[in-house]
Order: sequence, then C-alpha cells, then structure tokens
Amino acid sequence: MDKLIIGGVEFNNRLITGSGKFSSYNLIREMLNESKSEMITIALRRVDLTGKSENVLDYIPKGVKLLPNTSGARTAEEAIKIARIARASGCGDFIKIEIINDMKYLMPDNHETVRATEILAKEGFIVMPYINPDLITAKKLEAAGAAAIMPLGAPIGSNKGLLTKPMIEILVENCNLPIIVDAGIGKPSHACEAMEMGCSAVLVDTAIATSENPVKMAIAFNKATQAGREAYLAKCAKINNHAVASSSLTGFLRD
Amino acid sequence: MMMDRIVESYNDFDFENFFRSLDSKKILDVIDRSGEKVLEDMDLLTLLSPQAQEFLEEMAIKANVITKQYFGKEIHIYAPLYISNICDNECTYCGFKHSNPIKRRHLTYDEIEKESKYISETLGVHSIILLTGESYINSLEYLKNAITILKKYFNTVIIEVQPLSVEEYFELKTVGLDGVTVYQECYDKELYKTYHLSGKKSDYKYRLDTPERASIADLRSVNIGALFGLGNPVKEAFLSGLHLRYLTNKFLNTQFSISIPRIKEAYRNIKPQNIISDKQFVQFLLAYRLCFPTSGINISTRESKEFRDNLLPLGVTKFSAGSVTEVGGYSLSNGSSPQFETDDHRSVVEIVDMLKIKGYQPIFKDWESSI
Ligand code: SF4
Repeated sequence: MDKLIIGGVEFNNRLITGSGKFSSYNLIREMLNESKSEMITIALRRVDLTGKSENVLDYIPKGVKLLPNTSGARTAEEAIKIARIARASGCGDFIKIEIINDMKYLMPDNHETVRATEILAKEGFIVMPYINPDLITAKKLEAAGAAAIMPLGAPIGSNKGLLTKPMIEILVENCNLPIIVDAGIGKPSHACEAMEMGCSAVLVDTAIATSENPVKMAIAFNKATQAGREAYLAKCAKINNHAVASSSLTGFLRD
Repeated sequence: MMMDRIVESYNDFDFENFFRSLDSKKILDVIDRSGEKVLEDMDLLTLLSPQAQEFLEEMAIKANVITKQYFGKEIHIYAPLYISNICDNECTYCGFKHSNPIKRRHLTYDEIEKESKYISETLGVHSIILLTGESYINSLEYLKNAITILKKYFNTVIIEVQPLSVEEYFELKTVGLDGVTVYQECYDKELYKTYHLSGKKSDYKYRLDTPERASIADLRSVNIGALFGLGNPVKEAFLSGLHLRYLTNKFLNTQFSISIPRIKEAYRNIKPQNIISDKQFVQFLLAYRLCFPTSGINISTRESKEFRDNLLPLGVTKFSAGSVTEVGGYSLSNGSSPQFETDDHRSVVEIVDMLKIKGYQPIFKDWESSI
C-alpha cells in the first residue's frame, strides 16, 4: 500500500490540515471527520493549557495526529521552548518548526529553523520544519535529523499556489525526506499539482478555513491530493519538446 | 529617513491639489492593486482622499478578502487595566490632565493583584493592557513589579504608560513585557504644541520616536495611532499610516498594529474639534487594511456596540471587551473618574456570544507566557 511514513508513523492520507483561521472549533471537528485528514497542525500559542478557556484539542477526534506548531516563535530558543511545552502537555512528539522573523511578509527564518531542528531532533522530537525552499537548508535539516521538509509554495495566506515550483522540484529530486508543501496552496488544483510533482503531502489551512464552505473545501482538497498522488504513481506521460513519431522512422537502417 | 523627517517632508505638500488630480480610475486602480502589490505613500493618500469615499463598498469588499486571507475569522480579545490616573501632563483633551481636580488613585501591588485576579478569573480575559497617566510616580520599579504581578494572570501584557527609553523597555522585557501602545495623538507638530501644554509629553519628537525605541528593545508588538479629533483627519490618518509603514519596513521582527481612536467626551465636557464621522472612520480603517495586509487593527470600546459589530468584516483583528477606564474599576471600591467614556458596555460573555453568532472565533490566548 502507498503509505506516507513520517518519523516511523504511517498515514493513509496525504492531506494535512490546519486549525487556524476557522470561525469555530466545531467546524474544525466536522472538517476533519469529512476530509479524512489524519494530521492537523495547531498553534500552541493559542492552546490554553490551564483549561480556563475553550480548548481546540477537545475538538480533534482521536486518531488524528496532532502536529503542534511553534508559530509565534522568532528565535530557535523560543521554538525549542514551545516544542518542549507541547510535549510536556501531552501533544506528542511531532513538532512543526515555524520561526517567523518577518512580520511584513511572514517569511520563515531558515537559519533559526536549522538551529532549532538540530536541538529538537536530538531530544527525540519528530521535527517537521517549515522553510523557504532552499536546497542547502534542506540538506542541513536532513543532516540535523528532521523527519520531513515543509517548503512554502508561496507566502503564507497568499493562496497563490506553487510560485516556488522549480525550487520545490529541486528538493523533491535531491532530498531523502518527505517533502510537504506548506503555505501558498490556495486551490485543490495547486495541491494536485504539488502531488503530481512528487511531493509526499500538502498542508492546507487558509484555503480551507476561509472558503465559503470549509468542510466541502476540505473534501475537495482530499480528493485533489489523492488524484495528484495517483497521477504521480502512474508516472505522467512526458511532455516532449521534440516531435516523436509513433513508429520508428530510422529503423530500416541496419548496423 | 527618520520619522520626524518624513512628517516634515509633507509640511508643504499640497494635499488639495493632489486630491483634485484624482479620478475614479485612479482610485479603483489602487483598490485593485491592494493585497497583491505593496502600495506606495500616494496610494495610501488616494484611499484616504475625500474622493475615495464614493468607493467605500469596493474597498470594503477587498478589505474583507484580505482580512480573511491573513487573519481568518478570528478576533483577539483584550481588556484594559488602569492602575493609576495620576498625571503630570496637561493634555487639553484628557480627563486625567494634571489640572483637573478629579479623585486620583494609584493602585498598590495588592490592589493590582486583586484587579488582575478578577479580570482573569471572572472575566476570563488573558490579554491585558496596563494603563497609567504619565507621571514620575510610575517609576520603573513600580512598572516592573506591576508587570511581574500581571504575568501571573495574563499571557500577554502590553503597557500604555509614559514613553520610556530603550534600556527601560529592555528592563521591562526581562519581567515579561510583550508590547507597547503609544499614540502620537497629533502628528501635526504645530498643533501638537497647542494640545500638550506642559509636562514631558510636550516633547513631540521624544513621543514620535517611542514606537521605534520599543522596537529596538525587541518587544513583540507595538501599537500606534493618532487621536482623531485633534488635527486635520485626513492628514493625521495619512501620517499615522506612514508611521506604520516606516516601522514595518524598519523592524521586520515586530508585529505592528494601528488604532483609530476618536476623542470621547471626558471630564468637564471637552468638546472635540475635527471629529471624524462614522463614514470617515470606516474609510480610514479600510485604507489601512488595503495598504497593510498583515498589520493588526484594534477597535476599542470607545465605539458603540452596533458600530463595532459592523466593523468586524472590514479588517479588525483585536477587540477590547468588558472595558473599564477607571482606576480600580473592576473589583475595588470606586469613586475615581474615567479617562474617557466608553460606549460599548457589553460584558466579555456578551461580546463572545456576538462574535460566535456572527461567525467569528474569539481568541483569548495568543502567546505562551512562559516563553
Ligand atoms: S493623555 Fe495621558 S499624558 Fe495626557 S493628560 Fe491624559 S493621561 Fe496624562
């Protein structure tokens, strides 16, 4: 079977969802139930561990893997602290490293991300770093013990699709880890395209949460992700720049 | 260029002439480019122009899309906590000004603790703005101890106190200070003098550079704005927008937000001049959202509840709730005067219910205090 394996854990579904930007927690539960997504990212800075206010964790069905993220962190040290708090509070070993130092375009800080990954991987975390797609960074993350690489397709929230496609292709060709496109995916067709390229999964948050019908949109993304994956496995017919005759034109020549 | 230079560079600018040069095509073109391209200074002024008032609906549609894209349907909830109304300054428009014979109060540490406990446990709010008048009595030590107490109860603590030095902001950061709110009040330097008669606040430049000092001290968030009712509204909105742009470009690491406070009647019927209409208020808010897609926009309880609710889809990201503007007004025996009258008197629970009915998720916590 074609399973996605991250940090030794098997997933049947390759659509990872997000829990930010929704209008209610109930909607998150419904979205997960209907989309069959098996992994959801949650911003730990939003989780009230004191139990004083409503908790998003109560709305996530059992069996859906939690991917706490370090959003809000601006340095490796802050991300590391958030990761440790997430683990100590029962959110598990998975952690998405998100370190943003640019509040204008919300670009990830690759350097700080590598630093945080080095430390957290040693502590046994299953580290999924969010980066600006760059091969050198990806290779450093691989060496540091990351479990997957999460390049952005376009700036967060922009819904612009795979603007960084050529860079992501380089990562797919050269990395041994699952490549999961995170940020920028605005339409199911973008998710499908990422999967056709050979990415292992996609993470979609804004495009689902802010659509008119988030549940229906999540279902659409699930189907698109599957379609893209199947196309990738079926090996799409090559686009040829040169004419190809259906039967050989030079086969009459003998050695 | 420093911010005071930017303000100066517009001293002789012919605003009227610029407005005359605008036509519908130019305004629609700016609205069209917003959200995709970085808008220039003149684009901001175009959106703030009297002519653009005819395109509020087009601006609103775009602002709604941009807001959902970057902030989703979440609204952050915070409450103000006044711990002192003692003030050494003489700002003509304020109920706390030195010469006002109002009952003054300066909370003790025990009282701060009691108020904090009440707000966090009874109201359930986890994000607080600590406010004082501007006085020598709010020593660095007093502020430091107050923040230390607040940090036991709140995830996010922001101060709106007298402008401090970089070193002082650094010092407060060590006990957990997250951010600073500082309003320039009036960007027009000449007019500024006429409203700020005495006290440290009469130093225009020191105040203007305060958000910058807070950013140098690497605080997580800085909120700025003009107090509408003092200067020419369009110019004030324009210069505060330029201030936001200046800061956003210079300090990538800080989350900036802007407020659009309108003067409210305070002690002794202060009658504001130049007060902006609801329509202008909405126009300014939309212009900011179109020009600054990732910046926060706060709406306080100065505004009426109907008005606030209608602003929700237009770009707002933060809402104060259950606000009391008197010192010790939440849980202690009372008698002190409010800094200004609030208009939205709903409780936190009522605001949360309203947000949910309107399809918004109230966010109480947005940062981990132990980090
Ligand atoms: S606006 Fe601030 S500084 Fe001015 S009088 Fe009021 S409290 Fe004092």
